[in-house]
Amino acid sequence: MFENLTSRLQEVFKKLRGKGKLTEKDIEEALREVRQALLEADAHYKVVKELLNNVKAKALQEDVLKSVTPAEQIIRILYYELLNILGGEKADLNLGSKKPGIILVVGLQGSGKTTTCAKLAYKLAQEQRRVLLVGADTFRPAAGKQLQILAEKIKVPVYVDGKGPFEIIDGALEVAKEKLSDVMIVDTTGRLHIDEEMMNELNELNKRYNPSEILLVVDGMTGQDAVNIAEKFNEKLPLTGVILTKMDGDARGGAALSVKAITGKPIKFIGVGEKIEDLEYFYPDRLASRILGMGDLASLVERI
Amino acid sequence: AERLQNILKFSRVDDNLLDELEMEFIQSDLGLELTNEIISEIRKRKITNTPELRDFLFNYLKAILENLDYRLDLLEDRLNVVVFIGVNGTGKTSTVGKFAYYLKGLGYSPIIAAADTFRAAAIDQVKIWGERVGVEVIAQKEGADPGAVVFNAIEAARARNKNVLLVDTAGRMHTKSNLIEELKKINRVVERTLGYGPSENLIVIDATLGQNVIRQVETFHNAVNLTGAVLTKLDGTAKGGVIFNVVRRFNIPVKLVTIGEGVEDLKVFDPNEFIESFIPEVKV
Ligand SMILES: Nc1nc2c(ncn2[C@@H]2O[C@H](COP(=O)(O)OP(=O)(O)OP(=O)(O)O)[C@@H](O)[C@H]2O)c(=O)[nH]1
Ligand SMILES: Nc1nc2c(ncn2[C@@H]2O[C@H](COP(=O)(O)OP(=O)(O)OP(=O)(O)O)[C@@H](O)[C@H]2O)c(=O)[nH]1
Ligand SMILES: [Mg+2]
Ligand SMILES: [Mg+2]
Repeated sequence: MFENLTSRLQEVFKKLRGKGKLTEKDIEEALREVRQALLEADAHYKVVKELLNNVKAKALQEDVLKSVTPAEQIIRILYYELLNILGGEKADLNLGSKKPGIILVVGLQGSGKTTTCAKLAYKLAQEQRRVLLVGADTFRPAAGKQLQILAEKIKVPVYVDGKGPFEIIDGALEVAKEKLSDVMIVDTTGRLHIDEEMMNELNELNKRYNPSEILLVVDGMTGQDAVNIAEKFNEKLPLTGVILTKMDGDARGGAALSVKAITGKPIKFIGVGEKIEDLEYFYPDRLASRILGMGDLASLVERI
Repeated sequence: AERLQNILKFSRVDDNLLDELEMEFIQSDLGLELTNEIISEIRKRKITNTPELRDFLFNYLKAILENLDYRLDLLEDRLNVVVFIGVNGTGKTSTVGKFAYYLKGLGYSPIIAAADTFRAAAIDQVKIWGERVGVEVIAQKEGADPGAVVFNAIEAARARNKNVLLVDTAGRMHTKSNLIEELKKINRVVERTLGYGPSENLIVIDATLGQNVIRQVETFHNAVNLTGAVLTKLDGTAKGGVIFNVVRRFNIPVKLVTIGEGVEDLKVFDPNEFIESFIPEVKV
């Protein structure tokens, strides 16, 4: 739909130019196209509003309207604003100073937690870390079994015995000590951000085990609700990062923008398929291009 | 919805109010196009007071959902096949379990085909659901051909005199053409074995998802002729506003909704109730 936002903006400016000198109002007119692109990509209403205010301010500051290529200039400003939200510190995993470090993986039902735990374990194992997968979801039917099957595939030890998450993690800690594990990756039950009791449980888990990473797994196809989800999880837990899953489809991934804007926590990885190796580092520039529905924005912007 | 309720308590319909309304609709995943359309219609009709606005909004959304048959197409005197389709993690397997339970309550005799042979422990998961609701699950082993599982399940259903076969399929991205082919094959197997195709091909839509759902429905519909949708996870804070676009564009009715993870957390779709979650009654 927005295969080329630049050309749409060019068209807008061309029309406006016909009427004489470009004005501040004309920037707003052009930014309506941008707004449309962002909202269709599921970026949150308020996040978009703020972003566009910033773009407008910068555009005025830089006197974009005097440029012969105002459309390109706006794209450039927009691109850097998007990077500004999406980017941030290099996002490697923190395994903690004590062994075993604990990585707690949390999120809504069906977001991709269990699969992502296995993917993370595989990645760390490849880096010669000793990993123990811990299945602390006793609620979803066959959750433990799912993790066991995945663990077996990647030949990483797994611990799932116990009645609830506390019992399981306690047991796993013993095993991790025996095995001299560097890190435990803990899969948790999917839960709604408004489920008070279940959210409190996560809070308790955090207090008791003090994980070095608490990763929120968010479905990359999520709509406007991403803001509510991120807000509530971030409120209840000291999140250390976000993993965006199911990015192998054709969703534009605007939810990522919402989550990052709300939590300020780095997006550490993206899931790009169901297979164990389908986990990639997150590149803000690629997502910015994708959200706007444009090809390689980085090199486009370089040419401007 | 509470916010909209407050908005609708104002007496005058002005630009401010329409801005708030726009925000509400977009935040409910109604999408920009439909939202713009509604707002400009309000301006065109020069609606000035909020009771009138409320009625207009309700009727506008109602008109979108009207004229579709929300009932399930199940006949008493034959084996009906219902296939559950959708992207990963939307709630297909749980819905199969809940729906089997629901059908039993109505006096049908359901049976389940474990045709997700791909995801780790998918078969165990659906078997646990089967036990939970007292419905037999026909399964082969992980990696088996889903078409073969369905064929087997049809035979079993006939042998045991069952009248509804629920098929749990693997979650799949609509962008993966080989996996889309697999769905077509399941449909062909049913058609060949029974002499008629599935009674229902239901797409399972997670209410939390955004505008990408439209692409999903489009692709799956092209492949297998969807007869309806199931809207899941309505117990969260997402309302599933994208549904209006789905219904409007593809004429696909929502047949079921789910509102939790329990056995009884499934209901038939009620258009009025659904619209009320967007456009609340205004209590003054
Ligand atoms: N296409 C695709 N599918 C994914 C990805 N990550 C996970 N999935 C699939 O999404 C579905 C749900 O994944 P799970 O790992 O079971 O999700 P979960 O969050 O553990 O689910 P619950 O434990 O039920 O809350 C499965 O079908 C996975 O194969 C991804 O990056 N791409
Ligand atoms: N809160 C809530 N959770 C739900 C609902 N329906 C399903 N779930 C949960 O969502 C998660 C995924 O459900 P599944 O039934 O496994 O989804 P699926 O579509 O079969 O997943 P794949 O087969 O991996 O593609 C599970 O944790 C379910 O318990 C619902 O209506 N509300
Ligand atoms: Mg899980
Ligand atoms: Mg399933």
